[in-house]
Amino acid sequence: MPTLDEVPPGRKGRIEALSGPADLMQRLLELGIMEGEEVRVLTRAPLGDPIEIESTLTRLSLRKAEAAHIHLVLID
Amino acid sequence: MRLVLNPHKHTFMPTRTLTVALVGNPNTGKSTLFNALTGLRQHVGNYPGVTVEKKKGTARHGETEFQIIDLPGTYSLAPRSPDEMVSVDHLLGHIKDEPRPDVIVSIVDATNLERHLYLTTQLLDLGQPVVLAVNLIDRAKTLGIQIDYARLSERLGLPVVPVQANHGVGLDELKQAILTASERGSLPKPVPFPEPFRTELQALSKTLGPEVETYLVERLLLDVGGHTERQLSEKLGPTLAARLAEARDRLAAAGCAVPAVEARTRFGWIRQAVGDCITRPAIRPVTWSDKLDRVFTHKIWGTLIFLVLMFAVFEAIFVGAKPLMKLFSSGQGWVGEVVEDTMSPGPLRSLIVDGVINGVGSVLVFLPQIMILFAVIAVLEDCGYMARAAFLMDKLMAKCGLNGKSFIPLLSSVACAIPGIMATRVIENRRDRLATIMVAPLMSCSARLPLYTLLIGVFLSDPWWLPGVALFGLYMIGLIAAPLVALVLKRTLLRGETPIFVMEMPSFKVPQLRAVLRRMIGAGWAFVYRAGTMILASMILVWACLYFPVHMPDGRSYDVATEELRDEAKHLEGEEKDAKQQAANAMHGEWKRQSYLGRLGRWLEPTFTPLGWDWKIGMSAIASFPAREVIVGTLGIVYDQEEADEEENKKVEVADTPLAKTIKEEWSKDVQRGKYRIPTALSLLVFFALCCQCASTLAVIRRETRSWSWPAFTFTYMTVLAYVGALVTFQVGKLIVG
Repeated sequence: MPTLDEVPPGRKGRIEALSGPADLMQRLLELGIMEGEEVRVLTRAPLGDPIEIESTLTRLSLRKAEAAHIHLVLID
Repeated sequence: MRLVLNPHKHTFMPTRTLTVALVGNPNTGKSTLFNALTGLRQHVGNYPGVTVEKKKGTARHGETEFQIIDLPGTYSLAPRSPDEMVSVDHLLGHIKDEPRPDVIVSIVDATNLERHLYLTTQLLDLGQPVVLAVNLIDRAKTLGIQIDYARLSERLGLPVVPVQANHGVGLDELKQAILTASERGSLPKPVPFPEPFRTELQALSKTLGPEVETYLVERLLLDVGGHTERQLSEKLGPTLAARLAEARDRLAAAGCAVPAVEARTRFGWIRQAVGDCITRPAIRPVTWSDKLDRVFTHKIWGTLIFLVLMFAVFEAIFVGAKPLMKLFSSGQGWVGEVVEDTMSPGPLRSLIVDGVINGVGSVLVFLPQIMILFAVIAVLEDCGYMARAAFLMDKLMAKCGLNGKSFIPLLSSVACAIPGIMATRVIENRRDRLATIMVAPLMSCSARLPLYTLLIGVFLSDPWWLPGVALFGLYMIGLIAAPLVALVLKRTLLRGETPIFVMEMPSFKVPQLRAVLRRMIGAGWAFVYRAGTMILASMILVWACLYFPVHMPDGRSYDVATEELRDEAKHLEGEEKDAKQQAANAMHGEWKRQSYLGRLGRWLEPTFTPLGWDWKIGMSAIASFPAREVIVGTLGIVYDQEEADEEENKKVEVADTPLAKTIKEEWSKDVQRGKYRIPTALSLLVFFALCCQCASTLAVIRRETRSWSWPAFTFTYMTVLAYVGALVTFQVGKLIVG
């Protein structure tokens, strides 16, 4: 299953699972990044990291290392 | 309604007082609402033991007075640190001398209601009346979002008030709703969690006893490794940890794994409850904010705009503050002269002129920079650009263990570390913030320039390219040392897990002039009020060490005698005048050389020798503790010059100032310094590039960290670094020259 850091800008996916440290998970959850949500990768920072993503509930930036804890399936 | 007025004082006498807490996500306009409600009746304090600011204010509605508390913006009431715990403690009435709020106002963003209601549903669990203030209704309208407020209120079981805080729309209705909510006595219903969760919660509640509120038990169960878990484990020991682990295992087996169960339950409930209260256009329109975001985060355009903006920020602090700073220092000079003319020489006059007026002046001189930087920060934050700047710079800053938000504080520190350190408040993570504060004074600030120009002008002016290279090198020392020290700190003293960088990218909006002014004045006032006294005290201490002992061997006072010689010189002409003037300068120099600080310098001479300094240089370096640039003046005095005039040292041909000439002559006379003039000058320059001879910086660190140990640590590590740097510079230079 791909993780969010591997998703190229412009592509969308549906979140299947979250993993990682408790504080990261909780921050993602309270911002509405949770199982079943669709997220789109908007862009990457000029130096390649972090990335900017958007879901129906939020638009945020996170580091690739953090995005690697978000497992999803790509949709179109 | 009738106002109860005191006929004698004409002041408002409330018949009752209500305590109201404002809670909301960052970027919801919570502060705008707070300001709109309270106007200028505000007060900023601190919670004990943490760095969170406590903002309180009062508002009136009929005969009722509201005591309003503006709690820090947060996405959730799931505390992971003592700083985050403050809000929960305050809402539960656990803060000493702070009453429990009678009503909680939950402020949410009309354009993103579902996300914001998450925090609201947590507030429902606290067992106090909650009023929902739906802000930014204007923007929701432009986006084509329609909200049925009556239905929303019915579904949530809460009074709902639409407001547009920046235009003062809906404030009276909000105040009325708060009043009604406090009287009605009916409490909101919490969001129902799944059965297995409720069972575990009840069982855990029973074990912990009635003194632990249900909300805290809920947090204990949900927040893995959170603050409540740590706090209660300390109190109740390892049995709790085992119990908790078992309960969480059972929940996972029942399909309610923590922490996901909370988000799933709350968001699920919210979507079901409010789904048909909100109508959105079928296709979300692309807003100008979306377009701006695309440009600002663009690889090329984004970077370009960022560089131009940062240059503008830097110029604004560096150049924009200059006229005001000049005004302050000439004002200080003028006041000093007036006092000097009206009082007779003696310890009191010297204390007022050299201690107090100087001290107050050196506090005020920072104000323009602080206020300009905070105005800029307020604009950048208010309009939403700050998050984009952090996004662009994060990778670079992550390399030295910091994050994107450290960039602007460090950049500002190139102008002056004081506003830079105050600007670190935008960094939420405590360790990242501390690391940024610790290295900010390493950036080469503008106060180092007088010494740089003086010594470079005197010793490094040939060939033509050398001054530029030397100055560049000195700036590079800071630029290289700061990331390295940050890296070391993050690996040792401030070690810990990498803090999360998940950051909301707020929509762009037009910044509000009033909010910007408020921020600017607030920062200036905080600096004067909280750091000013310490700066003043250090100035007076150093003044005393340079003033006493004041008695000459023949019983006269140095200051009286010097003044007499100077007065006599005024009435003379030509060579006689010069001779008298020189005698006065010599006496002034002798006075300072025999002062306590002079004696300390001589006593410490062995430690200065390896740096290539004599005791005069060492003493001047110590005397510059209040502020680096003071060294130029002190050098002037110990070398029997008139106190070096600032204007004189800013001349293009620095080498032509009398002080420069004297230093050159004096160092040539000395055998060692004559031969190693350039290594000595370089060693002094390197020392001042790295040291923390700046009482104001230390005072601000003390204020921002609420502890004496961090300023003490900063001073120690920087002085050691400076000493070693100067030592290496001189010894290597000596080898090359010799």
